[in-house]
Amino acid sequence: MLEVQNLRVSYPSRDGGLIEAVRGVSFSLGRERLAIVGESGSGKSQTGRAILGLSAPGAIVTADALRFNGTELLRCSSAERRRLRGRSIAMVLQDPKYSLNPVMRIGEQIAETLCAHRSVSRTEAQRRVLQALADVAIADPERVAKLYPHEVSGGMGQRVMMAMMLIAEPELLIADEPTSALDVTVQLQVLAILDELVRRRGMGLIFISHDLRLVSSFCDRILVMYAGRVVEEIEATKLHEAKHPYTRGLLDCLPRLGAPRHPLPTLQREEAWK
Amino acid sequence: MVIKSPQFHARLHRAGEAWQVFARNRLALVGLGLVLLLAVLALLAPWLAPFDPTQGELLSTRLLPPSGTHWMGTDDQGRDILSRLLWGSRITLFIVVLVAVLAAPIGLAVGTAAGFFGGWVDQLLMRLTDIFLAFPRLILALALAAALGPGIENAVLAIAITSWPPYARIARAETLSIRQADYIAAIRLAGASNRRILFGHVMPLALPSLIVRVTLDMAGIILTAAGLGFLGLGAQPPSPEWGAMIAAGRAYVLDQWWVAAGPGVAIFVVSLAFNLLGDGLRDALDPKGSD
Amino acid sequence: MIGLKVEGLQVRFGDFTAVHELGFEVAPGESFGLVGESGSGKSTVLRAICGLAPHSRGTFALTGEGELPAPGSKAFRRRVQMVFQDPYGSLHPRQTVDRMLAEPLAIHSIGDAERRITAMLDAVGLGSAFRFRYPHQLSGGQRQRVAIARALILEPELLLLDEPTSALDASVQAEVLNLLEALRRERGLSFLMVSHDLAVVTHLCERLMVMRQGRAVETLAAPALARGEVAADYTRELMKASAGFVRA
Repeated sequence: MLEVQNLRVSYPSRDGGLIEAVRGVSFSLGRERLAIVGESGSGKSQTGRAILGLSAPGAIVTADALRFNGTELLRCSSAERRRLRGRSIAMVLQDPKYSLNPVMRIGEQIAETLCAHRSVSRTEAQRRVLQALADVAIADPERVAKLYPHEVSGGMGQRVMMAMMLIAEPELLIADEPTSALDVTVQLQVLAILDELVRRRGMGLIFISHDLRLVSSFCDRILVMYAGRVVEEIEATKLHEAKHPYTRGLLDCLPRLGAPRHPLPTLQREEAWK
Repeated sequence: MVIKSPQFHARLHRAGEAWQVFARNRLALVGLGLVLLLAVLALLAPWLAPFDPTQGELLSTRLLPPSGTHWMGTDDQGRDILSRLLWGSRITLFIVVLVAVLAAPIGLAVGTAAGFFGGWVDQLLMRLTDIFLAFPRLILALALAAALGPGIENAVLAIAITSWPPYARIARAETLSIRQADYIAAIRLAGASNRRILFGHVMPLALPSLIVRVTLDMAGIILTAAGLGFLGLGAQPPSPEWGAMIAAGRAYVLDQWWVAAGPGVAIFVVSLAFNLLGDGLRDALDPKGSD
Repeated sequence: MIGLKVEGLQVRFGDFTAVHELGFEVAPGESFGLVGESGSGKSTVLRAICGLAPHSRGTFALTGEGELPAPGSKAFRRRVQMVFQDPYGSLHPRQTVDRMLAEPLAIHSIGDAERRITAMLDAVGLGSAFRFRYPHQLSGGQRQRVAIARALILEPELLLLDEPTSALDASVQAEVLNLLEALRRERGLSFLMVSHDLAVVTHLCERLMVMRQGRAVETLAAPALARGEVAADYTRELMKASAGFVRA
């Protein structure tokens, strides 16, 4: 479905130089779940945004290939890119507070997304909006559709976000830390909903996160990024056999309930990893 | 006072970083250059002005067009306009600096106090601000002129009194968001008194937006002073205040356009310079402190 | 070494009660954790103890040997300090590290500032090169170390920690947790730590209290939690959630 070869994203820096956020990332994605894991500054979010064409203004994005279903994304016009966004590729961001329009009712926002990509009648749109809300396990869709984003909790806001992104039935979903801003118990609920949706619709999923353990149970394959490059690509089930010292370090350094280690092993960063 | 050398170096380095951002904006540099030029010309006016700004040869040099001897012509009293402009730049600078020095600290103090203490202090100070905000500058200047007599000092007073309220509002808005920050909580936890927090921690952060606003206001202040001068409320004749010069040139604007054009262009250029400088300062100062 | 005793603490913001009738005790030299999700009121408890939030009812007092200052007094500030959650918001953007460490000393008229500052920077693993840097020149982990240094410069005996590592990357978190542990051991500090992360709390604390919507759910020893010997259902829920996602 998605083919990425040698993706590079750079930004001009304050003193006239160039900051390379993504330095030659390559991978391919079918109808599976891929995790991109890294710490802050690893370039994982930038990779996701570059695929959608949502990099910050001033970004220089190049790649040998960035193909979605055969279409070369970097050679598309902005109108074509816009059409792909939402209809074929969707993105769910970290904090619904910042991604939902605070002055529009939830139902209206979701309907807007739908109408932007498919031409449907008003009644049909209404029906689909309520269906979308029900799909994300919102118990009272009619009531929630009339609410404003600030009137719902974080977990529900994230579900609304997912409903909005999935209503146009995209093939690929890029989720950038979709549960990091949520409480632990709510995280599991939201992930369960995401799990079900992705499975039922046969979508491709790119799950960007800093939480290696979380993605190991949720995704099929994991890409570990460090300083803009992919340092390891591994199947989720084989994570314990990870070879790269950075991946091993990341796995080891987290405190574990029931297996105390004092002091915790820390990462010794090597220049060679860059 | 001991200057701790590494501390001084750190400050210098940070100032250098701010300068780099500022200097990348060409127009801002132009603005800065013009403002500095104004300052230099004002300072050196006595030596640069070719003729006497207040005494002219009524008979021989009245209303002469721009020429080799009189670069900007002469006015109806036979005075060289260029010399008057140069001497007048001192008055302009005087007005601008005095208003800034008077209005900005008042605005800063009132605004940060209101934002920091909240409650009835806030209410009281903001209502006071509203009262002063309601005064139209020109009416107040007229009133002051009637009460105290016309003159440049009274004009400056009138402008300063009506300029500080917006600065208080800005300072208050900044203080309200600064107040919530963890770094303020931290220094409070260290046992800092309110005074220490207000002067040492809050004000330095509220200052940049204020500086930007004051700089952008300079253009308006110059125009207001010119307006007052035009009405005869500012500097009195034969003082070469730019606004009064335009007023005097009004009667001759059709045939001897240079009498009003000279000071008009000067006011325009200086206002523009402050605007460009203010814009540049805003870009350099604002996005830096917060990540 | 000092401890803390809290009884019947209630914190209200207008109509909303953030903390209901809370009581717990931190023994001198102990490391105690408050665990809960958002809205549990755990951070509010910390803020009430240092006087950053008003408490409407209840008492809290320092325990231990010798003359103990009353909460809110200047002497109290020397014995109790806090490390905040957000390394990007807890350092003043226009002050150097040196100024941030020197000012508390100046407020309490403590001399010998030069030696104390350099010693503290060493103790938190930052060299003297960091002394005159500004916050925007530091990484998240470095900033948090500065925040710890600032909290410890007055040589307090009780340290309040408000989610000190939740905003940090995993690898940096490990370093900071190790640092906190080492400092506690070296200086005989008592910790009262707030976190939403069960693993972090059990790592650093000896006993912990689970909170939910402003109320205590249960208090237990960290090893007991690790073994799964919990009494309340909510605690079990939290533990299950911490274990991660299980694919259907």
